[in-house]
Amino acid sequence: MPIPAPPLSEILALWPEILISLAGCALLLIDLLTDRDRKAVLGWICFGVVMLTLLGTLLQPPQGGSIFGGMFLADGYAAFFKVLFLIAAALTVLISLRYLDDEGIHRGEYYALVLFATVGMMFMAGGGDFITIYLGLELMSLSTYVLVGFIRRDGASTEGAVKYFLMGAFTSGILLYGLALLYGLTGTTNLAAVAQSLSGLSLDNPALVLATILVVVGFGFKIAAVPFHMWAPDTYEGAPTSITAFMSSAVKAAALAGLARVFVVALFPSAEIWEVLWWILAALSMILGNVVAIAQTSLKRMLAYSSISHAGYALIGVVAATQAREVGLAGALFYMFVYLFATMGTFSMVILLTHRGFRSDRIADFAGLGRTAPLAAFVYIIFFLSLAGIPPTAGFVGKLVVFRAAIESGYIVLAVIGVATSAIAAYYYFMVIKTMFMEEAVVQPQLSPSRPLAIGLGVMVVATVLLGLFPAVVLNAVTESVKLLQ
Amino acid sequence: MEYILEHADYLLPHPDGVTPLLTFIIFLPLLGALATLVIPKTEVRLMKAVAVFATVATFLLSLVALSNFDGSTHKMQLAEYHSWIPSIGVAYFLGVDGLSILLVLLTTLLSILVVVCSFNAIHEMEKAYYSCLLFLETGMLGVFLALDFFLFYIFWEIMLVPMYFLIGIWGHGRKLYSAIKFFLYTLFGSVFMLLGILALYFFNSNGDYGTGELTFNIIELINNVRVPTEPIFVGLSSQDLIFLALFLGFAIKVPMFPFHTWLPDAHTDAPTAGSVVLAGVLLKMGTYGFVRFSLPLLPTASHNMVGFMATLAIIGILYGALVAMAQRDMKRLIAYSSVSHMGFLMLGIFALNPEGVTGGVIQMINHGISTGALFLLVGIIYERRHTREIAEFSGLATTVPIFAVFFAITMFSSIGLPGLNGFVGEFLILVGMFKTNVAYASLAVIGIILGAAYMLWLYQRTMFGEATTPENQTMKDMNVREIGYMLPLVILMFWIGLYPRPYLNLMRPTVDHYVTQMQERHLAEKPVASAQWSVTSESQRQVLATDHWPPAIAFCLSPSTSHWPLATSHCLSEGR
Repeated sequence: MPIPAPPLSEILALWPEILISLAGCALLLIDLLTDRDRKAVLGWICFGVVMLTLLGTLLQPPQGGSIFGGMFLADGYAAFFKVLFLIAAALTVLISLRYLDDEGIHRGEYYALVLFATVGMMFMAGGGDFITIYLGLELMSLSTYVLVGFIRRDGASTEGAVKYFLMGAFTSGILLYGLALLYGLTGTTNLAAVAQSLSGLSLDNPALVLATILVVVGFGFKIAAVPFHMWAPDTYEGAPTSITAFMSSAVKAAALAGLARVFVVALFPSAEIWEVLWWILAALSMILGNVVAIAQTSLKRMLAYSSISHAGYALIGVVAATQAREVGLAGALFYMFVYLFATMGTFSMVILLTHRGFRSDRIADFAGLGRTAPLAAFVYIIFFLSLAGIPPTAGFVGKLVVFRAAIESGYIVLAVIGVATSAIAAYYYFMVIKTMFMEEAVVQPQLSPSRPLAIGLGVMVVATVLLGLFPAVVLNAVTESVKLLQ
Repeated sequence: MEYILEHADYLLPHPDGVTPLLTFIIFLPLLGALATLVIPKTEVRLMKAVAVFATVATFLLSLVALSNFDGSTHKMQLAEYHSWIPSIGVAYFLGVDGLSILLVLLTTLLSILVVVCSFNAIHEMEKAYYSCLLFLETGMLGVFLALDFFLFYIFWEIMLVPMYFLIGIWGHGRKLYSAIKFFLYTLFGSVFMLLGILALYFFNSNGDYGTGELTFNIIELINNVRVPTEPIFVGLSSQDLIFLALFLGFAIKVPMFPFHTWLPDAHTDAPTAGSVVLAGVLLKMGTYGFVRFSLPLLPTASHNMVGFMATLAIIGILYGALVAMAQRDMKRLIAYSSVSHMGFLMLGIFALNPEGVTGGVIQMINHGISTGALFLLVGIIYERRHTREIAEFSGLATTVPIFAVFFAITMFSSIGLPGLNGFVGEFLILVGMFKTNVAYASLAVIGIILGAAYMLWLYQRTMFGEATTPENQTMKDMNVREIGYMLPLVILMFWIGLYPRPYLNLMRPTVDHYVTQMQERHLAEKPVASAQWSVTSESQRQVLATDHWPPAIAFCLSPSTSHWPLATSHCLSEGR
C-alpha cells in the first residue's frame, strides 16, 4: 500500500520542531569548524535559533487539530509547552556560556544536545499518540543522560549520569510495557481512540489496572515523584548546574505535559484508578521532598528535594483535573510555568558563585553574601519567596491556582497537605537566607558575573515578580490552551 | 469608579471622586523605602531624614483621610476599585470604615515613633534597617485597607519578610531562633487561612451558596456567600471548618493560647522598633481578621465557637498574667502581658454584641498605645544599660524621675486604671461578656487583678527602693527626643481615657452594622445543633440578637458629654 505524502500544510505546522532539529544537526557540523576556545559562538547561534523559534511560536497562533494522521497535535496545549521549553532552553544557554568555561567543559555538542532534548520535549507535549509521546520522551531522556555526565573528569557527574541512565532506561521499559498493555486492551495507540475504547471497558479489568499502574510508574519517574525520586538528588547534584536548572524546569515540565496528555485525555475513563495513585504520589512528594530538604547541607541537593516537592504541587492540579478538568490542568500548567523561572533562578545563582576551581555548593558558602553582594542576595530572596509561595511573587499565584483547583474538586486533604508542607518548605529556604544575611562569611564569596548570566537572571527575576503581580496574561493563555485539549 | 458608584449602598468614593488617597497612604512608605535604598551607605543622616519624612507624610495623609471620613455611616469610604486579574476575580480594591480607620491612624503614628526611637539604637546596616521599617509599614497599612482577599493576603504575607529581617539582623539574644520561629508560626497559620479564603471563594462561585461569580472581593463575599451549616465532618459544618482555617491564621497572629509561644521570643529578641510594631500593630491584624472576616462571613460558626474561643481567651488571660509574674526580663514580662491583654480583646469580640465588639476594637488601639509605649520605655533603659534584667534595676524613681512618671502613666494605662485608655476598653469588654456569659466574664476579671499585680510589682522592684549600684545612680534621664516620641502616646492615653466619645463614635455605625448583620444572618441560617461545640443556649441567642445599644454603652456615647468625664473622675477619686 503506498503511503500518501503528508500535505505541505502539515509539515509547515511542525516548523518549530523541524527548525530546532536542523539547528541541532548544524551545530554539530559547525562545532568541527570552530576553535576550542571560541565555542561560545555555538552558544550564541543556538540562542539565536531558539529565540527565533520562540518569537515565531508566540506570533503564530496554534493551528489546532491533529496532523500526520493523529500522530501529532498542533494545538494550544502543545504551543503553550513549546513556549515554555523554548524559554527554558534559551535561559539555559544564557547561563551556560560562562559556566562551561569555568568548569572547563565548553564543547559544541552541549548546545546540540540541549536542542535535541528540547525537540523531544516538544514531541511529548504535542504527541497525539503513545508512540510519538514515547519517542519524544526517549529523545529527551537520551540527550539529558549525556548532558548530566558532561563533566567527565568529575566522579559525581558520572555517577549521576549512570544512575539516571540505568533507572531511566529501566522505567522507560516499564512505561513501554504499560503502553503495550493498553494497546492490547484497546487495539490502538491514538490517545483519543484509546479514551473511546476504554470508556466501554470495566474498571475491574486487571490488565487495565496493571497498565495504569505501570504508566504511572513510568511518568512518576520522569517527573521525579516520590517514591520514584531516588535518582534525582544524585543526578541534580552531580550534573553541571546549568543542566540541573534545565532538568528541574524543562524536563519536569515535559514529563507533566506528557503525563497530562496520557492521563487526562487517553486514560480519563479509568480516572478512578489513577486518581488515587497520583494522589498518593503527590502527597508523598510534597511531604518527603520538603522534609528531607531540611537536612541538606548542599544547596543543589536541597534544591533537588525541593524540586521533588514541587512536582507534587503540580500533580495536585492533575489529580484535581479528574473532577474539574480545566481548572485543575490550568493550575498545573501555570504552576510549571512560574516554577520554571524561580528554579532556574536559584540554580543560576549557584552558577554565579561558581568560578574556576571553586564550586559553591555548600549552603555555608553563601554566608555573608548579604553584605558583600547585597543585590545578588536580594535577587536570591525573590527566588526563594517564589519557591516558598509567598506573595507578591509568581510562586504564590501558582500555589493559589493549584490549591483552588484542589478545593474546587473536593481534594481538601491534599490541599491541607499542600499548604502545611509549603510552610515547612519556607523553613529551609529561609535557612539559606539566614546564612546569607545573618552569618559571618567563612570564605569571602566571590562572584563570577558575566553579561549573559546577568541577562538571564534579570529575565527570571522580572518574570517572577511580574507574574506574581500581573499573572492575568499567562493565566488566560493557560486556560485557553487547556480548553483546546481534546 | 463605576464599580463604586454601582454599589453606592455600601461604598463611598473619595469626596472629589478621583484622588486615590488610600493608595498614597499605602505606598508612600514603600516609596520612602526605595528612596532609602538608593542613598549611599555613609549618608546615615539622610536615610533617617527620608524615613522620618516618609512616615510623617504618611501620618499626615492618614489625618487627611480622617478628615474626609464620615463617622455617621458604616459604608466603606474613600473606596478605590480597579480590576486586576479578571479571570480569577481579583481586583485592586481599597476602602476604610469604622473598624479600620483608627488602626490606620495607630499604624501611621507608631511608624513615626519607631523610626525616631531607632536613631541611637541601630548602628549597622542602617540602609536596610530603615527600608525594612518602611516596607513593613506599607504591608501593615495594606492589610487594614485591602478589601480584596488576594490583595489582603499579599500584604499579610509580605510583612513577614521585613519583620523576619528586623528580628534576625538587628535583634538581641537568640535572634535567629526567634526570627525563624516567628516567621514559621505565622506562615503556617497564613497558609491555612489561605485555604479558608479559597473555600469561601469556592462557595461563592457555586450558585447555590453565592452569586456564582468568581471573586475575591471581600465585601461581595460578605454580602452574598452563605456557607452551609450542615455537619459534614465529625459534627463540624463547612462553616465551622472554614472558621477553624481562618482561626489558625488569625489566632497565631493574635496570638491566642496555645499558639502564643512565638510571641515572647520574638518580642524579647526584636529591636525596640520591632517589638513596638509587633505589639502595636501586627498582633491587631489577627483580631482585626476575626472582626472583619470571621464574624460577618461565618456568623453561625462564630456563634458555635463562642465557648471554644472564650475558653482559649480566658486561658490566655490567666496563663499570660501568671507567667508574666514569673519573668525576670522586662521585655518578656511585657510580652506575656500582651498574651493576657490580647485574650481580653478576643473575649470582647466573641461576646458577639455591640459592647463587646466595640470594646474589642477600641482595646486594639489601647493595647497598641500602651504596650507600644512600654516597649519604647524598656528600649530607652536598654540603650543606657544594655540589660533588661529586672533585678539589675532599683530606685530609678530618684535617678530618672521623668522616666518614672512616663513609666507610671503607661503602666496604669496598661492595667486599665479609670481615667486612662485601658479602662474604657476593658469596661466595654466586660459589659459585653457579662451579657453573653457571666462565668466567662467573672473569670476574666481575675485577669485584671493579676495584671495589676505583675505591673505594680515590676514598678516597685525597678523604681522604688534605694538606687544601690553605681549604674542605677548615674543613669541619664530621658532626653528631649525621647520625651518627644513618648508624649503623643501619653496624650492619647489620657484623651481616650477621659473622653473616648469621638473614638467610639467613629466606629459605632460600623460595629453596629457588623453585629446586627451577623445576628440576622445567624438567625436566618437554620441553627444546626453541632452539639459538642455549641455553648450558646437559645435564651442567650435572644439576648445576643438585641440590636439596641444597651444603657451602659448609650451612656458612654450620650451626646450630653459631661457625664462621662465626671463619672470617670468619680471612679478615679474613689480609687484613691
